[in-house]
Amino acid sequence: MLRDNEPSKPPAFVAAAKEAALSALVAFGLFVTLIGVRTDQGPTGALVIATRFGPLAAIVAAVFVAAFIRALVFRDATVISLGRLVPPRVTAVVSGLAGYAAIAFLVVALVVPVLAYTNRYYLDLAILIATYTMLGFGLNIVVGLAGLLDLGYVAFYAVGAYSYALIAQNFGLSFWICLPLAGILAAFAGLLLGFPVLRLRGDYLAIVTLGFGEIIRLILLNWQDLTGGPNGISGIPRPSFFGLPFTAGENGFAATFGLKYSATHRVVFLYYLILALALATNWFTLRLRRLPIGRAWEALREDEIACRALGVNTTTTKLTAFALGAMFGGFAGAFFATRQGFISPESFAFGESALVLAIVVLGGMGSQLGVAVAATVMLGGFELFREFAQYRMLVFGAAMVAIVIYRPRGLVSTRTPSVFLTEGKVIPAAIVQAARTETPA
Amino acid sequence: MEYFVQQLINGITLGSIYGLIAIGYTMVYGIIGMINFAHGDIFMVGAFIALITFLVLVAIGITAVPLALLIVLIVAMALTALYGWTVERIAYRPLRHSFRLAPLISAIGISIVLQNYVQVAQGARVKPLPPLIHGGYTLFEGNDFAVRLSNIQVIVVVTTLFLMVGFSFLVARTRLGRNMRACEQDLKMAALLGIDVDRTISLTFVIGAALAAVAGLMFLLYYGVVDFFIGFLAGVKAFTAAVLGGIGSLPGAMLGGILIGLIETMWSAYFSIEYKDVAAFGVLIVVLIFLPTGILGRPEVEKV
Repeated sequence: MLRDNEPSKPPAFVAAAKEAALSALVAFGLFVTLIGVRTDQGPTGALVIATRFGPLAAIVAAVFVAAFIRALVFRDATVISLGRLVPPRVTAVVSGLAGYAAIAFLVVALVVPVLAYTNRYYLDLAILIATYTMLGFGLNIVVGLAGLLDLGYVAFYAVGAYSYALIAQNFGLSFWICLPLAGILAAFAGLLLGFPVLRLRGDYLAIVTLGFGEIIRLILLNWQDLTGGPNGISGIPRPSFFGLPFTAGENGFAATFGLKYSATHRVVFLYYLILALALATNWFTLRLRRLPIGRAWEALREDEIACRALGVNTTTTKLTAFALGAMFGGFAGAFFATRQGFISPESFAFGESALVLAIVVLGGMGSQLGVAVAATVMLGGFELFREFAQYRMLVFGAAMVAIVIYRPRGLVSTRTPSVFLTEGKVIPAAIVQAARTETPA
Repeated sequence: MEYFVQQLINGITLGSIYGLIAIGYTMVYGIIGMINFAHGDIFMVGAFIALITFLVLVAIGITAVPLALLIVLIVAMALTALYGWTVERIAYRPLRHSFRLAPLISAIGISIVLQNYVQVAQGARVKPLPPLIHGGYTLFEGNDFAVRLSNIQVIVVVTTLFLMVGFSFLVARTRLGRNMRACEQDLKMAALLGIDVDRTISLTFVIGAALAAVAGLMFLLYYGVVDFFIGFLAGVKAFTAAVLGGIGSLPGAMLGGILIGLIETMWSAYFSIEYKDVAAFGVLIVVLIFLPTGILGRPEVEKV
């Protein structure tokens, strides 16, 4: 701020205007081809072009204004930190509320079917959010706790879904038998991948898991005899209420309980099913974090070399995280299959992995509440801005970058430490006094 | 035999394109140790810029193919380089001292942004371009199979070779190259010795993106279609090439690119075309497990 008063420097707004003009020039260079010109298929099949200078000018102008404001207001900051924008008192209140947020969230989640019983749309959305929360919890074990970046998580989701579909269809087993089987098979897939690759460094591991995810998808796509190829599998058995099917017949759920038959019963049941699965995953994760294995995961995330020096078997530690994460992914996959009644390789593309990863990153890696909040915000946001559907992935990618830069600990960064002192250390007043007198300067 | 030679030619052409992209991965990894996941999408953006520039040139009446291609090459390299620079400035530079996986996550975000930006701006459908460079040579014939070497294949391979030689010269002989090598060895020490590290890293991204733009143009000319999703697969394969050749090594990137191109072509020709991408991913996994330093790479020493 002192610099502004020096006479040799040009006035602040001139410098800002210069910087903004430069940014606008860069923006012009970036967008002149891809925004300024639109290519379309003409009547003959060849491409024809049309200029689109209006949007181009608007974008460049917007960049100019934004850069101008940024240069004037935040001239000393290389990175605008969010902390500067939010007063500390607000932050304190928010973190104070965070403790109750989890309970409030749970209560809301439990009463959703009551509130939205007549509205199928909201119920379906709630199921979707719960499914992604479950996936997020599973991936959180791998990414948030063990610090292994898994870009192919959707592979385990796919293994779970296809296991359920194939077992249920070919052997006629019920959902409750298939569910653990799907989980076990997915965990097995996790082990299979994990064994060879877990020695790799973090970012290599990420790319290999990405490759694995794509391999699984390509196999599902091309192994026509088993998976039906791009047509997928349809007519997957629906779950029953512990043996009672959700049908209008005499042995159905509604008739047994003396209710009037309604298709909503099944939707509500599915919702509570996935909610229970997600909560079980959450509870399981929270318990695991207190076990030696959970502590080993978190230590591994912080410093692998130190871990090895302390005698932690890094390979088995990583492998358990990987397999457990995969298992929960498999559960979620089985649920997905039974809910949809139809699965195809399209549902298991890289975009899904990226979405789940984004949920974990936005939620603050390792924070359980954060994952649930991020899943709600993101999928709710997707629905809210439905008419802008084509822009939503754009916004979502940008949000991922912004979060990593401005809030690397995620939207909800109140992760409770796994290890903490149970009592505060008491320092005798005499020592404090002595320390004060010793260092007067 | 004739069939094999033909596949060899096709594989080397494809491999040259992968090699050009792989250089971008290898240089960035060598200097700041991050996988620039968005590099494949920079390649895709380069291909689109080349396509649009070409269409604009045709619209304003420049139809002489050699001249048009030269202008397209220059414009695509310059504008794509600007993308490389911007991406580094916005998404990677603020993260240089962040946690370990932060740049990779940011790069995935950028990759999603670039793909969807192009999809929104230009539509999701494939963009065809009629073949611009015709003709070729019949090398030899036998068993009713003529081995052909088309002009476009010659152009792709010669351009790649030319760029490789030029780029190797840049790294080995110029001041910028020396700075880059210094940064690769030790960022902090290089900074202490008065090298502008930020500028060097920026220029690395700029050069990598410019080479990716050339690869994009070659891809466009060779295949005649582009869409917003080509960057993902090409990116992963080029990354595999960089790892196979030894990440951080420039000749390694080229060698790896050609090997991956050959593996993919031969696999498609002799085994199954459906599983050609599985072959590429499989190679990646196998190489990382058994040969993590690659063919020409140096072993990496982990320090605390």
